[in-house]
Amino acid sequence: MIALASGPKAKVCRMPEFFLELFSEEIPARMQAGAAQELIRQTNLLIAQLGGTDTTTTFFGPRRIALGAEVAAATQAGKLEARGPRASAPEAALAGFLKKHGADLADIVVEDGYYLLRRALPPVSAGQLIRDLLPAALQRFSWPKSMRWGQSGDFTWVRPLRRIVCLLDGVVIPIQLGPVTAAGESEGHRFLARGPFAVHSVTDWQEKLEQHYVIADADDRLRKIVDGLNAKAGALGLTIAEDDDLLDEVTGLVEWPVALIGKIGAQFMDLPPEVRELSMKVNQKYFALRDAAGKPAPYFAFVSNIEAADGGATVIAGNERVLRARLSDARHFWDLDLKTPLDALLPKLDKITFHAKIGTQRQRTERIANLAARIALWLSKDTLVSAQAETAGRLAKVDLVTGMVGEFPELQGIMGGYYAERNPRGYDGRIVGQAIRTHYQPKGPNDAVPTGTVAVSVALADKLDTLKEFFRIGEKPTGSGDPYALRRAALGVIRIILENQLALPLWHFLDEDRELFDFIIERLRVKLRGEGQRFDILDAILGAGSDDDLVRLMQRVNAVTEFLATPDGTNLLAAYRRAANILRIEDTKDGPHLAAEGFRDLGSPQADELAQALSRTDVKSDYEAGNYALVMTSLAQLRAPVDAFFDNVTVNDPMPELRRNHLQLLAKLRKTMHLIADFSKIEG
Amino acid sequence: MLHCTNDDKTSTQRFMTEQPARAKSQAKPNSFQDIILTLHAFWARQGCVILQPYDLEMGAGTFHPATTLRALGPKPWRAAYVQPCRRPSDGRYGENPNRLQHYYQYQVIVKPSPADAQDLLLQSYREIGLDLLNHDFRFVEDDWESPTLGAWGLGWEVWCDGMEVGQFTYFQQVGGIAVDLPSFEMTYGLERLAMYVQGVENVFDLDYNGAGTTYGDIFLRAEREYSAHNFEFANTDMLIRHFVDAEAECASLVSHKLALPAYDQCIKASHLFNLLDARGVISVSERAAYIGRVRTLAKACAETWVEGEVDDSARVWAEGESLQDA
Repeated sequence: MIALASGPKAKVCRMPEFFLELFSEEIPARMQAGAAQELIRQTNLLIAQLGGTDTTTTFFGPRRIALGAEVAAATQAGKLEARGPRASAPEAALAGFLKKHGADLADIVVEDGYYLLRRALPPVSAGQLIRDLLPAALQRFSWPKSMRWGQSGDFTWVRPLRRIVCLLDGVVIPIQLGPVTAAGESEGHRFLARGPFAVHSVTDWQEKLEQHYVIADADDRLRKIVDGLNAKAGALGLTIAEDDDLLDEVTGLVEWPVALIGKIGAQFMDLPPEVRELSMKVNQKYFALRDAAGKPAPYFAFVSNIEAADGGATVIAGNERVLRARLSDARHFWDLDLKTPLDALLPKLDKITFHAKIGTQRQRTERIANLAARIALWLSKDTLVSAQAETAGRLAKVDLVTGMVGEFPELQGIMGGYYAERNPRGYDGRIVGQAIRTHYQPKGPNDAVPTGTVAVSVALADKLDTLKEFFRIGEKPTGSGDPYALRRAALGVIRIILENQLALPLWHFLDEDRELFDFIIERLRVKLRGEGQRFDILDAILGAGSDDDLVRLMQRVNAVTEFLATPDGTNLLAAYRRAANILRIEDTKDGPHLAAEGFRDLGSPQADELAQALSRTDVKSDYEAGNYALVMTSLAQLRAPVDAFFDNVTVNDPMPELRRNHLQLLAKLRKTMHLIADFSKIEG
Repeated sequence: MLHCTNDDKTSTQRFMTEQPARAKSQAKPNSFQDIILTLHAFWARQGCVILQPYDLEMGAGTFHPATTLRALGPKPWRAAYVQPCRRPSDGRYGENPNRLQHYYQYQVIVKPSPADAQDLLLQSYREIGLDLLNHDFRFVEDDWESPTLGAWGLGWEVWCDGMEVGQFTYFQQVGGIAVDLPSFEMTYGLERLAMYVQGVENVFDLDYNGAGTTYGDIFLRAEREYSAHNFEFANTDMLIRHFVDAEAECASLVSHKLALPAYDQCIKASHLFNLLDARGVISVSERAAYIGRVRTLAKACAETWVEGEVDDSARVWAEGESLQDA
């Protein structure tokens, strides 16, 4: 059972090497990298106890996960010390103490009136530690999904576990896991190099695997795949369409990657590229190719797991045939779908329930059409544009009942766009098609937002309708759950409005629903926080008066943010706080002190100066007109008189008349600033 | 750094290069029926009983009681059979070269699953005429679940040059019951496999018997007529009545502990549901309810079956024993 390696003996000065390989039937590609992490998680305590350095390396691939680490030969010798009962305690107490530690009287001394256990702990060999601790650690290993098999009893693994290699410096530590006992043999490629081979170390394992047509390291495999694909594409003057997710997935599907290129029949090149490439990617794991002009090329690239005896001719021919069959299917749906204009399919939406409490898809599209028309009219003041938005809204969901979307749900929206373009009936297919195509956007934080009035109106209407309807039936997101993705819809509304700079009275288009409006504002707050922006300023602006024009709201937020970053802004904010504090305290005595003007006596030139500055300052009309630079300049001009006032004037003058006038002056300052924002909400 | 001993090198062999698949396969590819006969012979050699198709309409070979019910209980079991499958909504009036509403699955169940299940499967492909060193065979994650049967398992789609040529599953649960002895189930889509082996792009062009009869000669008219039946003419009121009847009969038979007759009614209910679905009269919310009703039946049948099963078999396969040695 135990085999000694011939190599490592010679190198006495290096640290012993721990190596573990768990070899199983094919592990789902998406779980492999996580499994390597889990292997580290479950063994790091053991490796730390083994005195492991930070040289732990992991390997993962279709049929194996593995780990190598340098460790100490044994744990350090240690000492166990424990204080027992008082020396005066009854004998039974001492007996109990000895029993608890498995000690005898020889280990006991008396110090300071207490029994003290003092015993040397001999070093434990690394092999012993592995034998003792590794099986339990691996029992805790957790897969996203695991299973039992014919010989596994109650033990579960992602797929049947077939071999374990567990070595300490080339010596097998025969741990047991479920039905498998560790040995010193691994296996290579399933077809190209069958049968077990002996393993003595991590390097030995990697080298022998390569001789047996397996590249153990995932990064090495990825590199070989990328190089292979680029070389094959380059030879044809083409480039591979970038797709990192697909690259990662393919890396988890092959042990010995061989890049190959096949042809796409010319008869399929007029299909929409999305249709072709979805079939290729999702079903077949193929890469799309582009020509020098960036246009789709009539080829596909893929990675096989075998260096075929015939150089790959059979494999390429087979893959080409599979793709032909898939694309023929797609072609069938495409041709069939093009026979029926979208509006003729509308009655079919009557039969599809969107949500039991909300109604059918047909009812939904009518609402979206209506809302899109209203939004477009508001934005464009043009009834023609509004009519196009209404049509696009009505037809936006019709592709759900087309053959192609039935087959490839991922193409919803995109297909509707194509069908509207190809087969328009009484509308501009280009504009309506584009609006249908983009109306689900943005689908995520990195997805682009639609542009153009019609597209924007339909995309907004779709999301606003979803929000309104689910709020209406009480399906609001909770802390843990948002099954209808309402947060994403709200964020979509915000991004479409802001990125297109739309002056849209949101309050009106939300049917003046306060809860929903607050929900959207909350998402705006979260968005700003996520971007590292000042969301307290948003609260301050909203504190000065509710605003449902998000573009204006953000302009104000940005203007105030910029102002507060200037010395004038910082200073004025400090003065504001001082004024607000004084007023808060004095108001409790004989307040409230309200803003006033036309003071007869302020008792000092500085107070007079401030009063005049305030009456000169007319920020309201500039603010409402959107002249934020002017507003901020006006506010900045308050800084000098405010500073002079606080430097020279005693607010709480002994003369009650003067005190009252001073307080009313400060109230005037606060009121003026509150026209812009409730500065009390600003943090920091 | 370390040397690779000569022993290691010589112990390595390419996949069964030493034995050519079948001399005959070089000359002419297997006909449709040859493939079935080859699989029968192969799996019979592995100790499987070769069964005949079950005499009820069903959507997949898994529904055959030889798989669904026998996967449960403590007794070892090995079986292989061809099962006609009906998927009413997949009908295309014989116009689509890749879709049928009636087709054949070759189904294998081995319980408990042997240690060399994957290798056995690959050998079976070799026997059909697929050279394992010239094709790209892959096991790609595909977990199997049947909501109507209350069953699930983990496994793969088996790919040959990018085409799915089979479904491999380690059963974990059937009829809502965790299995005692996990079995492996292999499903071959026979038409697709035959199309691949024969290099045919239209299912109706398949060489059925090696003597001039094509798949289309036998089944094209049936595809047209059944598509019309499934999509246009099946009497939905009658189907709904039959569903209710099958459901009631199943419950009654379960109460008499008659697992197999009860399970027949469950199979019928499942097929009636598929027909109703193809006719487009089931809404999305109703759909889930129908599936739940069939699952309830499957569960009751499975429980009744397990109650009646005791491990009285004389022949028990040893754990981990290779089927080839059996």
